[in-house]
Amino acid sequence: MSDIAIKAVGLRKVYVTGFLRKKFVGLSKLDVEVKRGETFGYIGPNGSGKTTTIKLLMGLNFPTAGHAEIFGHPIGSMAARAKVGYLPERPYFYDYLTALEFLHFYGQLLGMDKAARVKRIDELLPMVHMERARDIQLRKFSKGMLQRVGLAQALMGEPELVVLDEPSSGLDPMGRRLIRDVILELKRKGTTIMLSSHILADVEEVCDRVAIIAKGEIQQITKTSELVGHGLHGVEAAFENLSSELALGLGFGEPTAHAHGRVTFLVENHERVNALVRAALEAGGALIRVTPQRQSLESLFVDEMTAVDRKDREKPT
Amino acid sequence: MKIWAIALNTFREAVRDKILYTLLFFALLMIGASVLVAELAVGEYDKILRDLGLSAINLFGMLIAVFVGIGLVYKEIERKTIYTIASKPIPRWQFVSGKYIGLAGTLALEVLIMAIGFALMLAFTGASGAMESMPAIWLTWIELLVVIAVAIVFSCFSTPALSALFTLGFILIGRLTAPLKEFADAGNSEVLKDFAAVVYKILPDLQTFNLRAEAAYGRAYDWEYVGYATGYGLLWAGVLLALAAVIFQFRDFK
Repeated sequence: MSDIAIKAVGLRKVYVTGFLRKKFVGLSKLDVEVKRGETFGYIGPNGSGKTTTIKLLMGLNFPTAGHAEIFGHPIGSMAARAKVGYLPERPYFYDYLTALEFLHFYGQLLGMDKAARVKRIDELLPMVHMERARDIQLRKFSKGMLQRVGLAQALMGEPELVVLDEPSSGLDPMGRRLIRDVILELKRKGTTIMLSSHILADVEEVCDRVAIIAKGEIQQITKTSELVGHGLHGVEAAFENLSSELALGLGFGEPTAHAHGRVTFLVENHERVNALVRAALEAGGALIRVTPQRQSLESLFVDEMTAVDRKDREKPT
Repeated sequence: MKIWAIALNTFREAVRDKILYTLLFFALLMIGASVLVAELAVGEYDKILRDLGLSAINLFGMLIAVFVGIGLVYKEIERKTIYTIASKPIPRWQFVSGKYIGLAGTLALEVLIMAIGFALMLAFTGASGAMESMPAIWLTWIELLVVIAVAIVFSCFSTPALSALFTLGFILIGRLTAPLKEFADAGNSEVLKDFAAVVYKILPDLQTFNLRAEAAYGRAYDWEYVGYATGYGLLWAGVLLALAAVIFQFRDFK
């Protein structure tokens, strides 16, 4: 039993389009390993190669170079596909089917017998809050309902690896929350998850590691625990009952904000904030809050994209 | 089982499609209208009824085969429904075959309904030859099996508009290969003879499936011929379906 859920070595995809056989690099070179049970985030701007990677892993497209495996089986093989549940970006389904027919159909494609399908559907529909829509045709579904039934389709065969491409795209906050809860539930059960999303807060919350992809290449892979543990930008402290003169007199520089009777300071670290709080309280101020300023996935992503853009501009033309 | 799941789903898709009912309605209307045309003709009332009825079945069968067949695979790619199916553990050839079987089943039902309409029309007017026309209707279905296989081949790599054009072109050429060969054989040009021989060999001769004149005139059938034509059609359908599967096997879904 392979402990590596996804392994890609030098995976590359060049699309050839149009009558003039114009070439377009969808993925330059991908080297990545995702461990069994890991929740792996995959983020990048539009056109960076996220969906191309996923399509290659799902066997929908053929790589131009390199190779990849899913649980030790070559991508596209029946054995690899049997272990994966996939929800594409903006999924389209047979809209003339009811939710029940739809899930039975996908269960049949997975080779499940009727009893197993019925049992699994009875588990999945409540999980995605769709039990009341089981006999309704998909054409009458809202976008959120389609996404939920699509998620149920991906989970039909109790896959060891679940690949979700922008699962929360266009959903309302309740829909997003449901998707996130399902991911957390899968994670708790030990399912390996690959999550491609633009909603970085969700990725940061649920993923163990995150890869940032741009221009068809992975720019950085980072552990989300490291984002939280390290990368402390500073500590913010806010006080009441401090006039501008008193605040300046504390010796911690200019406040970063001064409004509605509140003064906010940003200092470098915990030692400095302890000193600031002591000084402010002695001066008659009242402490409102202390907030550590950590590097978020969003700031890391923005920094990385800025660096990629800068490198691009500096390239000789 | 997976092929049958795809086939059943294709059948379900087709029978829930309004276009199919519209075409079927017009087919039955035309079969019924042949009574009026036969009334206007002088003599050979039964022959004209059978001729028009069988032609209507063939024409509308072709229309359904082309317009449903060409969208069959292309629509899956265009609407991206293929993403969730091709990522499941089902070989692509089974997907193509399942789609084909589903459409073949749909056409069998359509042809059966038209055949019942035709038989009822003959019974209603007191004309004879309903049972004698059945082999001609059977071969119409076999011809449709070849046509949908062609439509699937084109729809594996081309847009519906181009696929429709190619398929209609194929039907036209397929119906002309035998007359072209006869014409070339009767002439003196060796080049034309060779060309006609090549075309005749590489394309199916759709006239093989045309027993409508025999049925209209009430001529006796050669059952051996019906068997041969059935085998010929199934062989061509199999070859074309294998070609479609190969094309589909190696294509990317962008």
